[in-house]
Amino acid sequence: MAKKKDKSQEVETTGHQWDGIEEYNNPLPRWWLWMFYACIVWGIWYVIAYPAWPMISGATEGYKGWSTRANIAADIAEAEAANAKINAKLAGTELAMIGEDPELQVYAASAGAAVFKTWCAQCHGSGAAGAKGYPNLLDNDWLWGGDIESIHTTIRHGIRSDKDDDTRYSEMPAFGELLEKEEITAVVNYVMSLSGTPQDASLVAPGAVVYADNCAACHMEDGGGDREQGAPNLKDAIWLFGGDYDTLTQTVTYSRYGVMPPWTTRLTDAEMRAVAAYVHQLGGGE
Amino acid sequence: MGILDKHGVLERNVTLLAIFAFLVVTIGGLVQIAPLFWLENTIEDVEGMRPYTPLELAGRDIYIREGCYVCHSQMIRPMRDEVERYGHYSLAAESKYDHPFQWGSKRTGPDLARVGGRYSDEWHVDHLRDPQSVVPESVMPKYGYLENRMLEGEHIEDLLATHRMVGVPYSSEMVENAQADFKVQADPFGDTDGLLERYGDKVPVRNFDGAPGISEADALIAYLQMLGTLVDFSTFTPVASR
Repeated sequence: MAKKKDKSQEVETTGHQWDGIEEYNNPLPRWWLWMFYACIVWGIWYVIAYPAWPMISGATEGYKGWSTRANIAADIAEAEAANAKINAKLAGTELAMIGEDPELQVYAASAGAAVFKTWCAQCHGSGAAGAKGYPNLLDNDWLWGGDIESIHTTIRHGIRSDKDDDTRYSEMPAFGELLEKEEITAVVNYVMSLSGTPQDASLVAPGAVVYADNCAACHMEDGGGDREQGAPNLKDAIWLFGGDYDTLTQTVTYSRYGVMPPWTTRLTDAEMRAVAAYVHQLGGGE
Repeated sequence: MGILDKHGVLERNVTLLAIFAFLVVTIGGLVQIAPLFWLENTIEDVEGMRPYTPLELAGRDIYIREGCYVCHSQMIRPMRDEVERYGHYSLAAESKYDHPFQWGSKRTGPDLARVGGRYSDEWHVDHLRDPQSVVPESVMPKYGYLENRMLEGEHIEDLLATHRMVGVPYSSEMVENAQADFKVQADPFGDTDGLLERYGDKVPVRNFDGAPGISEADALIAYLQMLGTLVDFSTFTPVASR
């Protein structure tokens, strides 16, 4: 190791002295000093260029006019402009014709899938298979209709929403207040017989009478349901809440139904058409 | 000898050093902090904001108690992907009645700043009871017990008064009627005139959890269902320079 140069003759000390130890007053290294000055210059430029100084009713805007809000507005506008042509085509095409145009079909299915995963998957499941109380969109059992027009209407206005005047609406009465317990037991067994679920055969005949008087108006004579009123088909063994004796008894006694929000306030026309097309092509579309 | 060479004076006198250090911090503080106290500068004036109703405020307390903020943020950042997923980016004014604010920085679950009205009340009940029943991939714990814990709202006046103390503009009338307002918001057959007059007629009045009585689930769902719904962005355009 090279012997340290004795600097005592070249550099002043700070004048401190502790137990004979002195401290040199060396100048700062050049490179450090120049970077320091450069930072000061950059700092002055920065406060002139960008929003910086807070004033009484706002901040200085800076000559570059930078703004987070303007940036995101530009970002969104750019994305919208990129899709504007195809979105206009989507909005201008008859819903039923979307599937006929390969370009639109591909676009609607992938744009619709993105919308679905963001807004619909929480209830209907990310694969659209639904959950108890939330309809499966893959099968061909539809409460309010499975053609693309009906799906689109449901998406726009929702079901039993208090925020949309055109919402789809129907309400099954709670038959616990209208029928005797025995009548409910009988009608549940009759309903189970409609879909071929094992049931107490002796109760089917009396159940049919109760059914004809109370249920047939909405669920139809044959149990096929009525999509005009969102009355489920009772013959197909596809159940929204469950088709076993206990669940059906509960449904008839207390009644139950789901609520779907209307999407006109959150989604654009093109997005709603795209997601309608997406749901329609999942497998159950009519 | 220039002024820069005189630092020795400060370094040798601890009292002087303390005084000058305080001066430096004061100037920095005045420039950076003081302007924020002019709310006009900090928070833009936004139409539609109102203080939380007593029931929502109780729900907010449950939200905090259960640590929902640990996994859910309540701030939509100004980026396109966030806006596409959650809705319009959050404005400072939208949390001006939050003490403390619930912005958060950790998203194990989704942002909740605009969750209001996005799902039905029934969905919230199902989801709180068993999140995996509706979202199988969710890691959220179950909160079904909230439905069984009934709220009487016996300290609700104090809660409002405390929030008033830290700057939420609750009127004396609101504080006095807190108990009544608390109960009636979850009762669709009650006399809601007073509540709607005090908090605006857009306040949702429903039996949020679908069960009799006011449970913690009622309060929490009432709170969740109003999040981010107060400002109407179809009529309001934020100033770009903010």
